[in-house]
Amino acid sequence: MSSNNFKKRHRAEKRFKAYGLISLVTAAIMLIVIIGSMIYKSIPAFTNYTLDLEVNMVSQSLDTDIEEINYRGIVRDSFFSLFPEVQDRSEKRKLSKLISSSAGYSLRDFIIENPTYGNKKFYFSVLFTDDSDLFYKGYVDVYLPEDERRLDNQEIFWLTKLQSRGRVESKISRNLFLNGDSREPEVAGFYGATIGSLITIFVTLVLSFPIGVITAIYLENFAIKNRITDFIEVNINNLAAVPSIIFGLLGLAVFINFFGMPRSVPLVGGLVLSLMTLPTIIITTRSSLQSVPPSIREAALAMGASEMQVVFQHLLPAALPGIFTGAIIGLARAFGESAPLLLIGMVAFIVDIPASINDPATALPVQIYLWADSPERAFVAKTSAATLILIGLLIVINLVAVILRKRYEVKW
Amino acid sequence: MINTDLLISLSLIIVSGLLSFSLAKGRARLYLVNNEPLRSMPIYHGLYVSLWGMLPSLFLLFLFLLFKSNILSALVIPYISDTTRELGSDEIIYVKNFLINNISNLKTLIDSEFLTIDKAKSLSDKYSFGRIILFSLIFILSVISSIASFKSLSVRFDARRKVENIFQFIFFLFSTMAVLTTMGIIFSLIFETLRFFSQVSFFEFVFGTHWSPQTAIREDQVGSSGSFGAIPLFTGTLLITSVAMLIAAPLGLYSAIFLSQYAKPRTRDLLKPILEILAGIPTVVYGFFAALTVGPFVRSCGEYLGLTVATESALAAGAVMGVMIIPYVSSLSDDVMSAVPVSLRDGSLALGATKAETVSKVIFPAALPGIVSALLLAVSRAIGETMIVVMAAGLAANLTANPLSAVTTVTVQIVTLLVGDQEFDSPKTLAAFALGLMLFVITLILNIFAMIIVRKYRERYE
Repeated sequence: MSSNNFKKRHRAEKRFKAYGLISLVTAAIMLIVIIGSMIYKSIPAFTNYTLDLEVNMVSQSLDTDIEEINYRGIVRDSFFSLFPEVQDRSEKRKLSKLISSSAGYSLRDFIIENPTYGNKKFYFSVLFTDDSDLFYKGYVDVYLPEDERRLDNQEIFWLTKLQSRGRVESKISRNLFLNGDSREPEVAGFYGATIGSLITIFVTLVLSFPIGVITAIYLENFAIKNRITDFIEVNINNLAAVPSIIFGLLGLAVFINFFGMPRSVPLVGGLVLSLMTLPTIIITTRSSLQSVPPSIREAALAMGASEMQVVFQHLLPAALPGIFTGAIIGLARAFGESAPLLLIGMVAFIVDIPASINDPATALPVQIYLWADSPERAFVAKTSAATLILIGLLIVINLVAVILRKRYEVKW
Repeated sequence: MINTDLLISLSLIIVSGLLSFSLAKGRARLYLVNNEPLRSMPIYHGLYVSLWGMLPSLFLLFLFLLFKSNILSALVIPYISDTTRELGSDEIIYVKNFLINNISNLKTLIDSEFLTIDKAKSLSDKYSFGRIILFSLIFILSVISSIASFKSLSVRFDARRKVENIFQFIFFLFSTMAVLTTMGIIFSLIFETLRFFSQVSFFEFVFGTHWSPQTAIREDQVGSSGSFGAIPLFTGTLLITSVAMLIAAPLGLYSAIFLSQYAKPRTRDLLKPILEILAGIPTVVYGFFAALTVGPFVRSCGEYLGLTVATESALAAGAVMGVMIIPYVSSLSDDVMSAVPVSLRDGSLALGATKAETVSKVIFPAALPGIVSALLLAVSRAIGETMIVVMAAGLAANLTANPLSAVTTVTVQIVTLLVGDQEFDSPKTLAAFALGLMLFVITLILNIFAMIIVRKYRERYE
């Protein structure tokens, strides 16, 4: 009887342990599925199929301004010359939609950089449109009925013909890493958004780090316990738990409407994010100041140092590694944040790379949101690639924090 | 061009600060040279004077920067011509911004079509006059306050204590930033919400069951007023939050129990980072994952079982949100469970209880208040979560409790109402602030409640 009970209890024990393990394994599987699906879906984004097109600029007279030439027409004519059998106007239009509309611009940029090519015949690689690109990558199911795919039989015939001539090759997509946003998936890149994010985070760092650290020092070492400082503390703890979108509403109402700051700029984004990050920095700074043993403080005071000297010459240097770690973690959170930025207008379609805190910009997480909303299929891959980059950057930032802590942490 | 103003003012202030610093320091050195018993080091004398010299003018500059755009538009508005005014508010704003942006550039002003040459010159004159006034005000203020503070220097002057007091005051000002933020949130939300309730009745908002904020462009269009019954939004939020908590609460709790009670140190080191990485993934990534993978997956599963499932089902959004919250629940409940006195645990084990019995009959009941508060905090986080639901939940406000249908949430509506260009007087945009206020109040109550529980619970074991 009792041994039976014993077995039962131990089975319960094993079951209980298994539940714990299963929960953790579920979490792990979810993590693997998320990251894995991002990696899998992002693969097509990293390469681009290009066409080696023989461009004929010989007929261009030397005295026309190189910026005035009809590059688009040249690209199109060169492309048409590969298909002499296509004469019909509407068919030609269909044909020209196989290669990216950006081809003319990139030829223009190339000629402006290398004017010596201005009257030569040479090979120039042009991008395909997203649909043709996906076809080459094998994402177009040719066995589907014609009206259910993005490319019809004629277009697929042309694309196969091009490939059989050996003119088509796959290259690493430079656009993805070096361009701003674009309506054309084959041209769009996340460089602009990354720069926007970095500027925003810079503003956040410059504002929230000093204010946060000084607030923590004040509350920890100088503040006399009274109603005002109690109120401040309660406030900080509450702010740490306020949903991030509320900070966006605050930014919209106060910074943009009341103070008349411009929309969509990293300055306002940084302001909003620094208000959001402030509580994190204050709380971590306080806890690392608390972890410095009181003997140090007492020794300094006994040697005649003032409270200010104790803090800045002894406590702060000892607590600095912990403070940096906390600040980096807070900033990493701000780096991945997007909801407040949506409300202050950093969700606009912006092609140019931002260069200052007053240029319209978007942020990397917001770019992901924007691309995820785009109907073109090629943007799925772009979005996944951008999420990988975002996660990668965050891992790097966090690793820096871990290394800093391991390296400089003082064990008392 | 505005930045050059800022640079000039700042350099004026800094130069006068440096100047007074070296003057005061030099004077204090003189005492030392004459072997007089100087009370504070010369550097503190310098700091004292230069701080007093710089702070008032910095404050003035700060005030100016705060109200810069208001001042500039007040300056510019009289110069907007009547023909522009007749073209409507958009045109006025455009011209206003143009004038503000080019106010320092006389040539552009003259070349533009908005001003006659005389007016352009007069505007430009006024602007340069204003600049000179600003710079001289800043400079005079610096000089006066430096001289005033310089006069109080003497051999016995305790400059160090004074300097430290000034710094302490500055520190205090910094620490009020958190209070200012809270006040900013509360006032801006309340102010806009009151404006909203002057247009839409409070009872319609709180008790109405129909939400369609689209106001018509033309006056005579059907349903031009829009309806603002927020009940479907709150039920939708509740539905998604419940789904999320159904997933996060057991998984998070059991993970915490396993990690703190069963795992050997090596397994712990191996498994804990999983939760930390899950906590570090940006919500927009979860949102993308929910919209791209989980939504269609849930839908095809439902179809396989013969159910009709919306692609943007509450189940998909809630499930992903639950995964996001697992680390939150587990780390908070890990904290409270490890705060249970070891004596309780050891006593139970010593009486022959298994670990499972100890956890479920001793540690868990003892930690229950803390766990409840951890769950409350997790709920508050789920309610305020935005990106997942914006990307994976629906836009249409359905009043339903079926997790397979699409619902919308408070945060989704805030984002949809405010993204894009909008005029700031329509009930549509103001409704977002009313929703924001509700969200703020609800999460605040949850947080305060959780904090009170934790405080009571801590007292019990201290």
